[in-house]
Amino acid sequence: MARILAPGTLAPDFTLPVTADQSLSLRDLRGQPVVLAFYPADWSPVCGDQMALYNEIHPEFQKYKAEVVGISVDGVWCHAAFARDRHLHFPLLSDFEPKGAVAKAYGAYREKEGVCERALFVIDEEGVIFWSYCSPIAVNPGADGILEALENLKEKRQSHGQVESARRAS
Amino acid sequence: MAKLKVPVGQADHVLGEEDAPVTLVEYGDYECPHCGHAHPIINAVRKHFGKQLRFVFRNFPLTEIHPHAEMAAEAAEFAGANGRFWEMHDAIFENQQRLEASFLVQLAGKLGLPSDDLIGALEKHQYLPRIKDDFMGGVRSGVNGTPTFFINGERYEGSWEFEGLVEAIEDRLPRKTEHRRAS
Repeated sequence: MARILAPGTLAPDFTLPVTADQSLSLRDLRGQPVVLAFYPADWSPVCGDQMALYNEIHPEFQKYKAEVVGISVDGVWCHAAFARDRHLHFPLLSDFEPKGAVAKAYGAYREKEGVCERALFVIDEEGVIFWSYCSPIAVNPGADGILEALENLKEKRQSHGQVESARRAS
Repeated sequence: MAKLKVPVGQADHVLGEEDAPVTLVEYGDYECPHCGHAHPIINAVRKHFGKQLRFVFRNFPLTEIHPHAEMAAEAAEFAGANGRFWEMHDAIFENQQRLEASFLVQLAGKLGLPSDDLIGALEKHQYLPRIKDDFMGGVRSGVNGTPTFFINGERYEGSWEFEGLVEAIEDRLPRKTEHRRAS
């Protein structure tokens, strides 16, 4: 299993296609938590469940103002068909050319198979990795880890805010 | 990661005695074919263990891939509110291929439930908050698909066939405790 980037690391920026004529940069999402979900492939049964689950929980992610993006090495047309079939409400990014470059930057690429690991990252408002997790390739990692990380991030921000306002008041 | 975060409580749909040594919790989706497959197996497992097993069903509808799952869950909850949860639960699983609203209403009628009230409850999504609660509790417990089982609060990763479930439940029966008491 690849060694994925650890919490505390600045999340490498990237710009990847979302559709044939649209792209998304990580820096565009600054100021809100971001969930990056690397996964091996569209259509494979486990990923299907994983993405379907994130789809169901999407309103919950929005409570944390978190943006969720899926990333795999599939092409934009493949993503488009997959997203349409599963009614996905969040973007799928195409790490297609150069193949897996973003996954490699996050330590989430499987050289042998040429696909992304099933790796999850929660990135904070400043673009720093707050939590990361790499699941065995055949296991759907669920969403409990992500939600816990988002909750912890929110608490951290709140307690930080309290410290700041106390400092200002004193 | 693999623990049941929401303990079995008053709000749950429960079959069996509170003091049963083993509790099996299922997170399920009424339109999921795997849950449909597991349904008669669960009934057989319950029969096999009798009073030693308590069974709990919680909703985990994956609505984007199973368009009728949520409505079916609402209908089951409606039946539950009228004291007939398990009859509706069984009837839905036995008719997984035809879970349209009209059929659910028909089922309610067959169970002697007020079908007009069911139509109203479905229109208002009266029981949806409860289903969402089940769902989010499942997510927090690491449920990632259906069916997901927990045995005495621990996630069960083994086979959903009769033999696998029976073996896993037998392992948690308290004969070892008795042994200790004797020594």
